Amino acid sequence: MLLRRVIPCLDVRAGRVVKGTRFVDLVDEGDPAELAARYADEGADEICFLDITAAVEGRATLLDAVERTARQAFVPLTVGGGVRSVADMRAVLRAGADRVAVNSAAVADPSLVDRCARRFGRQCVVVSIDARRVSASATGGDAAAGAGGAAAADARGRPGSGADGDAPAWQVVVRGGRVATGRDAVAWAVEAAERGAGEILLTSIDRDGTRAGYDLELLRAVSSAVRVPVVASGGAGGPADLVAAVLDGGADAVLAASIFHRELHGIAAVKRAMAGAGIPVRLVEPWDHQGGATAR
Amino acid sequence: MSISVALVDYGAGNLLSITQALTLLGAEVHPAARASDVDRPDLVVVPGVGAQGPAMRRLRRAGLTGALERAVAGGAWYLGICLGMQLLFERSEEDGSDGLGWIAGGTRPIPEAPRLPHVGWNEIEALSPHPLLRGLPQHVPFYFVHSYAPVPADPGVAVATTQHGGRFVSAVASGRLLGVQFHPEKSGHDGLRVLANVLAMVAGDGRGSASGLPGRGAAGLAGAGTRADPGCRRPAVDPEEAD
Repeated sequence: MLLRRVIPCLDVRAGRVVKGTRFVDLVDEGDPAELAARYADEGADEICFLDITAAVEGRATLLDAVERTARQAFVPLTVGGGVRSVADMRAVLRAGADRVAVNSAAVADPSLVDRCARRFGRQCVVVSIDARRVSASATGGDAAAGAGGAAAADARGRPGSGADGDAPAWQVVVRGGRVATGRDAVAWAVEAAERGAGEILLTSIDRDGTRAGYDLELLRAVSSAVRVPVVASGGAGGPADLVAAVLDGGADAVLAASIFHRELHGIAAVKRAMAGAGIPVRLVEPWDHQGGATAR
Repeated sequence: MSISVALVDYGAGNLLSITQALTLLGAEVHPAARASDVDRPDLVVVPGVGAQGPAMRRLRRAGLTGALERAVAGGAWYLGICLGMQLLFERSEEDGSDGLGWIAGGTRPIPEAPRLPHVGWNEIEALSPHPLLRGLPQHVPFYFVHSYAPVPADPGVAVATTQHGGRFVSAVASGRLLGVQFHPEKSGHDGLRVLANVLAMVAGDGRGSASGLPGRGAAGLAGAGTRADPGCRRPAVDPEEAD
């Protein structure tokens, strides 16, 4: 049976791990490769690097961190942030990433998803979606098409998503949550999967950095609409939130940042709590390390 | 004497982790992007992710299909990881393309999968004791990322299976041809153990150099210890390699 993944996420800026609330008020949390190696030892099932550096010179630093991590930790690496082309994706893969997440550039030009999937296979392509909760009428409906501009029409003939009554709706935001696109988040997830996304990394911008728990309604809406895996992101405050994301939200994997960086909850403890709730997870036991040592 | 590995680089995915892992285990790793880079290795490792068609085209364009055939016919071992394992087989249902065809069978989507791609850690179940899985428990999780899996014509080549909805073959061995659907280079210490087992099998083969002894290559390709299958296409010079 496929085990549910626990993924520590490292937001990397200019080569350092940072974390803020809702992408602002950033605090330095350490060296990415060092943190990644520690998490791998503690039982992280995958490491996610999200580059939030805007400047071009920061990219080289990110690739260096990816490479240093890949050299010391035999654990899967997903890298995202600032990937705008097939060439960018190739550079990140060559640096040692296993999968690459695209976000803003794919929203601006959805064919990027098709092209990356054709070149590297869909299992390599993660589409990262930042979603913000809106009032039901703000996406998908006819009224929103006028107010939200051309992007709102991009819900692709799915007026049902978010348009009826009090049903919750979410819109895609980009640039770290600063720019609203008017595009319906669920419809975009469906389109991205059709175009070749091998996974949806779904971040609730409302919850990100708040530790108030994942947006379970958002998770349910997306995980039931697509057949590719969905990773819950934004709002993890403790083990109970990760459990809820899987059992109530239908998430295939759970991503968290600050609860791990600040050692509020260890990865092993979180996974034990998940196992206790009946969720299949990979528990890394001490004998595992001895086995590895003798293998050398 | 350390084992010489030709690590096939055809522009698909990440070679860093597998290089690191094999080097850590004492192998001498030589990246092979052209036919001339495949210089009488003890072991060829073919990693890779993605679709079979484009991968085979890139291998052919670089002259690597012929180089691999010569190496394996000369007695080298082959370890295919993920797509590299699928390439051992014949036709892929993904795009109707032909693989190397050294093991009879095709490649199909995982049956009855609840979600695809199959991404994450999942247990492999050994079908019988095999040196590839020596030292590992009967059920052990490895990291997978794929949608297709091989369907060998001869069930005897399957070493382990994995369940994701339906059950699929997650490790194969046929003579000197080895394949794993999971990523040992991404699967922590248990993954290193699998790679160490592969190197031990190569070392235990007693080949002092990579120049294969007569007859050895054929035994490896036909699948020593498994039923010879008339459907198994023998390696031959690839007519498409010229393009």
